[in-house]
Amino acid sequence: MDSAARSFLKIENLVKKFGDFTALQDISLDVYDGEFVCFLGPSGCGKTTLLRAIAGLDIQTHGRIEQDGKDISALPPAERDFGIVFQSYALFPNLTVERNVAYGLENRKLPRAEIDVRVAELLQLVGLPDQGTKYPAQLSGGQQQRVALARAMATSPGLLLLDEPLSALDARVRVHLRTEIKDLQRRLGVTTIMVTHDQEEALTMADRIVVMNHGVIDQVGTPQEIYGSPATSFVADFIGSMNFIPGTVAAKGRVTVGDFPLDCDTTGFNEGDAITVSIRPEDINAQDMEHDDNVVDGEITHLQFMGSFYRAELGGAAFSGHDVQADFSVNLVRRKNVVLGSKLPIRLPADHIQLYPPVED
Amino acid sequence: MADASLTAQTSDRAIVRPKLSRDDWIMRTVMVAIGVFLLIAVLLPLYTMMSKSVENKDGGFVGFANFAEYFSTPALFNSAFNSLSISILATLIILVVTFIYGYALTRTCMPFKWFFKLVAMVPLLTPSLLGGISLIYWFGNQGVLKDLLFGEKIYGPIGITMGSSYWVFPHALMIVITALSITDARLYEAAEALRTSKLKTFLTVTIPGCKYGLISAGFVVFTLVFTDFGVPKVIGGNYNMLATDIYKQVIGQQNFQMGAVVSVVLLVPAIIAFSVDRIVQRKQVALLSARAVPYTPKPSRGRDMSMLAFCSVIALIIIAMIGMAQYAALVTFWPYNLEFSLNNYDFDVMDGGGWEAFWNSIEMALYTAFFGTIIVFTGAYLMEKGRGFTVGRSAFHMVAMAPLAVPGMVLGLAYIFFFNNPANPFNFIYGTMGILVVATVVHFYTVSHLTAVTALKQMDPEFESVSASLKAPFYKTFAKVTVPVCMPAVFDISIYLFLNAMTTVSAVVFLYSSDTTLASVAVLNMDDAGDVAPAAAMAMMIAYTCAAMRIVQVVLTRGIAIKTQAWRNQ
Repeated sequence: MDSAARSFLKIENLVKKFGDFTALQDISLDVYDGEFVCFLGPSGCGKTTLLRAIAGLDIQTHGRIEQDGKDISALPPAERDFGIVFQSYALFPNLTVERNVAYGLENRKLPRAEIDVRVAELLQLVGLPDQGTKYPAQLSGGQQQRVALARAMATSPGLLLLDEPLSALDARVRVHLRTEIKDLQRRLGVTTIMVTHDQEEALTMADRIVVMNHGVIDQVGTPQEIYGSPATSFVADFIGSMNFIPGTVAAKGRVTVGDFPLDCDTTGFNEGDAITVSIRPEDINAQDMEHDDNVVDGEITHLQFMGSFYRAELGGAAFSGHDVQADFSVNLVRRKNVVLGSKLPIRLPADHIQLYPPVED
Repeated sequence: MADASLTAQTSDRAIVRPKLSRDDWIMRTVMVAIGVFLLIAVLLPLYTMMSKSVENKDGGFVGFANFAEYFSTPALFNSAFNSLSISILATLIILVVTFIYGYALTRTCMPFKWFFKLVAMVPLLTPSLLGGISLIYWFGNQGVLKDLLFGEKIYGPIGITMGSSYWVFPHALMIVITALSITDARLYEAAEALRTSKLKTFLTVTIPGCKYGLISAGFVVFTLVFTDFGVPKVIGGNYNMLATDIYKQVIGQQNFQMGAVVSVVLLVPAIIAFSVDRIVQRKQVALLSARAVPYTPKPSRGRDMSMLAFCSVIALIIIAMIGMAQYAALVTFWPYNLEFSLNNYDFDVMDGGGWEAFWNSIEMALYTAFFGTIIVFTGAYLMEKGRGFTVGRSAFHMVAMAPLAVPGMVLGLAYIFFFNNPANPFNFIYGTMGILVVATVVHFYTVSHLTAVTALKQMDPEFESVSASLKAPFYKTFAKVTVPVCMPAVFDISIYLFLNAMTTVSAVVFLYSSDTTLASVAVLNMDDAGDVAPAAAMAMMIAYTCAAMRIVQVVLTRGIAIKTQAWRNQ
């Protein structure tokens, strides 16, 4: 994100308590103008609570929210400027699609003709130009969610809030609608916050992802940053697959896992520290062995066919009893005749190894 | 990452005070207003009544002297025992009968289910007095089947138990049917796959599944019989019950203090039954799972036919009860002149209020249905969909639940004490149609409130969030979305209030004036004066009015469904 970009939504030290339970602990975050931000995390991590605080639906216990330079911390939803789409669509069942979309416009006392034009325009925008006279129950889930989107955008709000908008839909519709929502957002340039527990959704749609866990933000970054260099072992584990192997820092630039030494960047840790060594299965290499660093012999203990690749589990003395998962291409498995019990050398490239403090569990 | 150094400061930072929108203000004000109405109309009168029970005739405080007198006077104290034993007996009878009847309707392939469902609801259309009157014609001194009692008298415990069982039957049946309907077919499939015997399946799946419903039905029946006034009044003879005692103390002996004492004695078990029932019902909810597969019974000739026989007997009894009332009303002079005439409908020549009482009842029922529905539904909406203000909203719910625990006789007497006091600013409604409407709305508030809450809970909770984000004031969404979507529930509430306003005796018997006599009270008074046949005729007029209203409801609901609920079935 361009550092000169204007901060449109400024969240400072937000705390939300429900009785003794703290749902949000000191959240601070800037959302920039026109940006698509995803709040990503497991259920109960506080992402929806944060969204509802931004909307004013459940106002925070402490902290400040500023939108477009205006302090909105204590304002009721009706005095804020946002459109919202819920997982349940929340379309008014007894009103037609047109009346649903027009609902916000009718409250602005616009002339009827103007409203009609705007509604037609919005329905065109979400690809439902002929469905205006139908009732929500007559539409498919995906269509209903588009109507909800049109209704939220009707009054041209400065901020669009999406609360798990795709979670209630079929897998195929979901993938299709992802692209559509993203396109629409880009075309309209509206600052958007989407809450999701689906990492794929976040990775494909977001400009920046805010990963949350237990009411705190673990990491904020672009999808590439979040995936490539996860800031905590939680982020590493939650997004994509990750091997975690306990080890010790042997020296600067070197760790040991069991008796086996691995080269990697040890910045931030001291000699003798207990650490968790992590590497993604797809980063483990069994092909080009021209580099001979971090090469270890493994034995295939499980082999799962995943369609486009194989996920192998490798055991061996080197990992001191910890199995390591590695993804092998179909091609490689065929060429090297990898079967259960095969022994083969694998390489753990140093630049793909991440170190975290030991995982307590 | 959150800055660790800031975390330490959070505890002493200012708490954000949400700014209230105009909507919030309006919603809270209206809800508080309805809450205050309920406080004035339920709790304050009850408080006044309770203070009367510890006062002497001149208003001086005497502590528990009245209670001491009550419990040391066997004539008075015996009624508490009578009420208790009759209620327990009727509860046991009704539970067995409704369980079998409900089982036949929900779990078998018995033919003519629609007919049996329809017949079972008939007692709802009539005042509880009607059962008593009918029993007089069947088993009374000049009764047709008098000999079946082998010399026992119908006037007393036998009659009260039979009459009570008749009119509480549909109330219990509705709960039992609901409990038997919410079952998971997969449990039965699992039992069958495990080769469980029919009896064991019944004992380990069916009974536990509807256990809470049966318990709840038991408490409802107990409370209804325990607090009922109509049946014991008509057929109790010299057998005293608590509710009739209150009437005798107040109307007969003008002993208001003792009336208050008996009311407290009546109120306490009613409140206990109410509280236990609430706890039990909360457990029932936890049993439900959203993924349950509905149960569809399979035909089984032997079972279906025996169920048909059983239900036919029960249906026959119900028809015999209402049929006899109608027959007696049409007969010129029982049992000497059995020719049909409309003489008994000439209410204007009898004591009790005449035809005017009938029209008054309709007027009162319409007011009750109209204002009651508006107040109840609005109150439930504001409570259910308001933003924040959790303390106020839960307090409102508690106040709305309170009327269910208050027996009608107690409410009526409490109203005398409270509203008849010249110092009370609301004294002006005493003796008017207004107080009858208020008493009836309050008396039947809780069930209506719960109906509204159930309907509102089924609405997407985010409707209000969406409208706020679209800057639509809440009352627009209320009028354009909430009310139209909840229209079936709104009709249910208004018809419930109408039927009860037509048939109730207990609360209003203390509150009517010579200008506002009611049909149900006229039934009571004509029966009291010995005009039993005209009483039966008036009771039947009430029944026909209620039946007509039901038909209007069905037609209206269908019409509205086609017009405004087009979205539902498409």
